[in-house]
Amino acid sequence: MNFLNGITLLLVYQLVGEVAVRLAGLPIPGPVLGMVLLFLTLLVRGRAPASVDQAASALLSHLSLLFVPAGVGMMVHFGRIADEWLPITLALLLSTVITMVATALIMQVTSRWFARPLESGGQGDE
Amino acid sequence: MNEPGLTDIWVYLSASPLLGLTMTLVAYGLAYRVYLRSNSNPLANPVVTSVAMLIAALLVTGTSYSDYFEGGQFVHFLLGPATVALAVPLYQQFARLRQLWLPITLALVCGVVIAAGSSIGLARLLGGSLEIQMSLAPKSATAPVAMGISEKIGGLPSLTAVLVVVTGITGAVLGTKLFEWIGVKDDTAKGIAMGVAAHGIGTARAFQVSPRMGAFSGLAMALSAFATALVVPWLVDMMLLMAGG
Repeated sequence: MNFLNGITLLLVYQLVGEVAVRLAGLPIPGPVLGMVLLFLTLLVRGRAPASVDQAASALLSHLSLLFVPAGVGMMVHFGRIADEWLPITLALLLSTVITMVATALIMQVTSRWFARPLESGGQGDE
Repeated sequence: MNEPGLTDIWVYLSASPLLGLTMTLVAYGLAYRVYLRSNSNPLANPVVTSVAMLIAALLVTGTSYSDYFEGGQFVHFLLGPATVALAVPLYQQFARLRQLWLPITLALVCGVVIAAGSSIGLARLLGGSLEIQMSLAPKSATAPVAMGISEKIGGLPSLTAVLVVVTGITGAVLGTKLFEWIGVKDDTAKGIAMGVAAHGIGTARAFQVSPRMGAFSGLAMALSAFATALVVPWLVDMMLLMAGG
């Protein structure tokens, strides 16, 4: 029953998100707004109910399964991918590597600038 | 008098969602076992193995993707509630999030611009058509977001869904090694980079490294979905304007 309550709550937030996005004409997808709303609710309540916690960890523990049906869609695009395989594969590979390296380095450098003064009680001089 | 032949059973099964759904779960179950057997080697990523098995099975039996998706859609649908569920790990990391909001915001905005800008630029440089460039642009965002953006900027949404999955796999497979090479050891920074570049598939991988890396990857995936939706259409206009002028 707990699990059912949790799943129901996640679906309710998704539904509210979808409806709100359409009503307000927002450019973001409904589930993302639903996530933000649930996050705010948890902040206000001050804790995550066991039911939501349980449903969320069940869904997130096999997150990669959920991408499989979309991945199988590759078979529809075999022709297209074969025609332009070089720009597709190289751009995808290089861009993913560049993005990951750049983001990790920016995060590492800036968190040293900003976080150290906080952690060491304002002693940092940067 | 006619006994139901194998063909009749096949006709029934291929028209029902049961087969596609069961195939998806069985393939993933097998792929996941292979992954565990390989000591969680990122090269044996369960998405790669199960997608390969399913495509092979569909091609051999002559089943169309749309027939398969009758069943596959039930799994695909769960991407929505799973996105909402990311609020929970995010909430559990709130203290760290509050402390690091400024570096996270900076890294996110740069990451999103670099992800879209570099894929358009590289695809153009390598002679890719405009349609391919636009289908690649939102590839680092999570599937439902990326498909929406792709449609808006003139890409092919269903091709984008595939590129999103391949991007996620690339990030999940290469991520931990890349971070080792460039000397980034902090799980927070690794998680943010993984989520920005490789959305949910990267996040699934990050959760296997540590709960903190997973939570921050989930956070980055969610926030970059926002940022991508806001920034990419505008960035595309800018790049097209510059290329045209």
